[in-house]
Amino acid sequence: MKRIRRDHQVRRFHQAKWDEPVIFELHRPGERGVIPPGSEESLAAEVGDGTGRIPDSMRRSELPKLPEIGQAKVLRHYLRLSQETLGSDLNVEIGQGTCTMKYIPRINEMLIRTPHLTELHPLQDEESVQGMLEIFHRTDLAMREISGMDAFSFQSSSGTQALLAMASIVRAYHESRGEGDTRDEIITTIFSHPSQAATAAVKGYKIITLHPDEDGFPDLEKLKKAVSPRTAGFVVANPEDTGIYNPRIREFTDVVHAAGGVCYYDQANANGLLGITRAKEAGFDMCFFNLHKTFAAPHMCGGPATGALGVAEPFKRFLPGPVVDLENGRYVLKGQEDGSIGKVRSFHGVAQTVLRAYAWIMSLGPDGLRDVARIAVLNNNYLYHKILKIRGASAPYIRGRRLEQVRYSWKQLTDETGVTTEDITRRMCDFGLHYWTSHHPYIVPQPFTLEPTESYSKEDLDEYIRALEHISNEAYSNPEAVKTAPHNSTVHRNDESSLDDPKQWCITWRAYLKKAQEN
Amino acid sequence: MEAYPLTRTRTFAHPYIPNTVPEVQAEMLKEIGLDSVDQLHDAIPESLKLNRDMKLPPAMTEHELRRHIDALLAKNKHGGAYLNFLGAGCWQHFVPAVCDEINQRSEFVTAYAGEPYEDHGRFQALFEYQSLIAELVDMDVVNVPTFDWAQAASTAIRMAGRITGRRTALLPKSADPDKIMIIRNYCTPVMELRLVEIDSATGRIDLDDLRAKLDADTAAVYFENPGYLGIIEDQGSAISALAHEAGAVSIVGVDPISLGVLQPPGGYGADIVCGDLQPLGMHMNYGGGQAGFIATRDEETYVMEYPSRLFGIVPTEVEGEYGFGDVAYERTSFALREKGKESVGTQTALWGITAGVYLSLMGPYGMQELGGTIMQKSQYAAKKLAAIPGVGLRFPGTAFFKEFVVDFNGTGLKVAEINRRLAEAGIFGGKDLSGGFPEWGQCALYCVTEIHSKADLDRLAEAIAKIVAKP
Repeated sequence: MKRIRRDHQVRRFHQAKWDEPVIFELHRPGERGVIPPGSEESLAAEVGDGTGRIPDSMRRSELPKLPEIGQAKVLRHYLRLSQETLGSDLNVEIGQGTCTMKYIPRINEMLIRTPHLTELHPLQDEESVQGMLEIFHRTDLAMREISGMDAFSFQSSSGTQALLAMASIVRAYHESRGEGDTRDEIITTIFSHPSQAATAAVKGYKIITLHPDEDGFPDLEKLKKAVSPRTAGFVVANPEDTGIYNPRIREFTDVVHAAGGVCYYDQANANGLLGITRAKEAGFDMCFFNLHKTFAAPHMCGGPATGALGVAEPFKRFLPGPVVDLENGRYVLKGQEDGSIGKVRSFHGVAQTVLRAYAWIMSLGPDGLRDVARIAVLNNNYLYHKILKIRGASAPYIRGRRLEQVRYSWKQLTDETGVTTEDITRRMCDFGLHYWTSHHPYIVPQPFTLEPTESYSKEDLDEYIRALEHISNEAYSNPEAVKTAPHNSTVHRNDESSLDDPKQWCITWRAYLKKAQEN
Repeated sequence: MEAYPLTRTRTFAHPYIPNTVPEVQAEMLKEIGLDSVDQLHDAIPESLKLNRDMKLPPAMTEHELRRHIDALLAKNKHGGAYLNFLGAGCWQHFVPAVCDEINQRSEFVTAYAGEPYEDHGRFQALFEYQSLIAELVDMDVVNVPTFDWAQAASTAIRMAGRITGRRTALLPKSADPDKIMIIRNYCTPVMELRLVEIDSATGRIDLDDLRAKLDADTAAVYFENPGYLGIIEDQGSAISALAHEAGAVSIVGVDPISLGVLQPPGGYGADIVCGDLQPLGMHMNYGGGQAGFIATRDEETYVMEYPSRLFGIVPTEVEGEYGFGDVAYERTSFALREKGKESVGTQTALWGITAGVYLSLMGPYGMQELGGTIMQKSQYAAKKLAAIPGVGLRFPGTAFFKEFVVDFNGTGLKVAEINRRLAEAGIFGGKDLSGGFPEWGQCALYCVTEIHSKADLDRLAEAIAKIVAKP
């Protein structure tokens, strides 16, 4: 037969387009999606209509205006919406820098779906949950070895919540020493995640933000000027969101400690460091790992996740509780000690995610974890090398010293063609690829942040690079093709004019029905 | 392609890390001008390097892993095999199979921060979630889920603080002590919490004490329906009116599964409604199924104080398409760092989508029937337990939903002892309240939902009757 030619340079892709109605439009009076369990007649005979005891003022007078829809229609609707969603299982998701998109092992997803986990109540007696507590404890031990810290709590259900817990511990620590009122400043850096500044502000701290030196390193001289008897803490990511690792980090933590501050470490970018270097040796008092980033739990459209929070010995008593311990061969839940910040989330955190992380660690072992770091950095430097060859792309700051990700810039491309990084975001969708700009503020002009992780093969990386090259060529030859993207998406460009206007924004369907007018 | 030699087994690459293939590594290193993978970490000074193997167990194959984890988890006793009457913030409800099917979908499980053009379905599903909850709670604005109910209540209180420019919030003493702990941590030092007495006979809020504690610095009055102890607080209009007279915001926390039969809080004056989504299609997951929601009227003053993402519906440049995008994104800490409203990051979005699936399946009549069934079954259980000599109800005259306080003081036994013996009979008894509410002695919070059959409830009553029977 004739050889089928497949030599196109970029993937021919079209996102699913079901032109799906909003669920309320599927309403058909009388249809049902599911029948919930009811009461036996004999039980009803004994207590009557249970709602009879509702006080008159508390009886619902009008049923909620939920749609009535048959089960198959509901299933079809949500499956169609899932098809119109490009999860990391479906694309080379190296474009979501700072979030460490990696392969989600299927076995882990199967393991969490047993009733031995899903049907556990968090207040069950310790004796009845020994298996689950053992998994918490084993994961704690592994995290201690990986970080050098002395104890972990898994209560925080995101990195942001872990940062909040750490800022809370900083406050509790200084209060315990009678310095709660005098130490009111937390120092961070502009290339750390926005949550570091925001969560410290939630705890009432004044934020001091350090800007980098000309090579992109956090500026030690600026830190020395910033510390004072008012310094409560220092929170930093290392490597920062630029992928630049600060080799003088130990000097930074020493300076802050000398001023009486607490050093806490945002390890959202830890993927290139596993088995290579640790929080302890860098002088940190606390750190956290995002289990949904570094430890291959999925991101689930934005949670639930876990920010595993580790502390050095002097800070153990402040940890949110309960935490799991092993006593005489039995796993026990230890409540909060005096001075603990109490709790940051209900119960023990997201147990499914802790199990996923444990399974992943056991699948890799010490050698595998170090391979994760090595290959993630290899992949990143390969990508870096290739991206800098693309016309219009650059990477501000120092060359040749990047770990797991890089924050790049299209400034030259934008200056020369008018095509912006936002335009490229939409155009990348046309090739079935996700691409992210970066956090605001855009310190790096026309930014984009790529983090390839260990999960992608050389061919995957090459595919992503070819798509960016293709778009760069388009920008120089036919910029309109990029500016008018997406062309192969479920939908075309949004008219965003209403999103910031209180008279026009529609945050629910009922608000839309009230506000939408006939043209 | 060469034929494969018979004897060669390749073992270089870890299944999760394709570029561990030595030839590929060599090719990539050459491309970037390095000789060895060890040079990749040159940016890290030697003094900070671990330079030893981590002390962790060796890698397992998938099969070994499965056996290992299955063996660990088999040690757990679970609510599928035991009769479970624990609630107190995490509840065992019926989960429709379609909810599990949708929240297991690879696309939703592995999606994260995609754009409206590649994740149109995720944006729509979350907009629909907001819209479905809005109908249930009868409000026009709902946010993308928060971490849990405690977080939602915390943020509602801080929103009220910003709106009123005041610093204190009043909460009933009957609230979950753990929830109060979480709220206190989140609000300190910006907001101060003060607890309001409850009526010792009815469990409802003591209006006189509330009146006495309201002052010019009160930003919010927070109360719940049904409350932590299951109590239906029927003084909502009076509480909200008192709050409003004092210039404070009325915040009501609800268990959303009650709203097929109970009045939505806007009907008795709530300005902000919050609660937990876990009852709406999430398994208990050892407490990993919690997710919070916040709802308000569609007023700029309220909307601009949300820290969370809010998805809105918009036209696209092509007539006939629905588009979805972020409403007032510049509120958030993603945009403004420490100057944004509180802080936002990963929350619990997948549970929001799942709650949307649940409400779509149930519809208005499903929610109404379910609410009635829960009331019937919990009343039946309470009646059976109260009939046991020595056992009574802590608040016998007060209407409750799903949960109720059982008083064991007359039995001479501790709740811990009763629960230990119930466990031997394959039953998880109610939550021991003697730690959180010591003034009541030996009381326990029992939770009865639609999943319990009459036979289950009879079995519970018989087991307790046997345990507390005097010889």
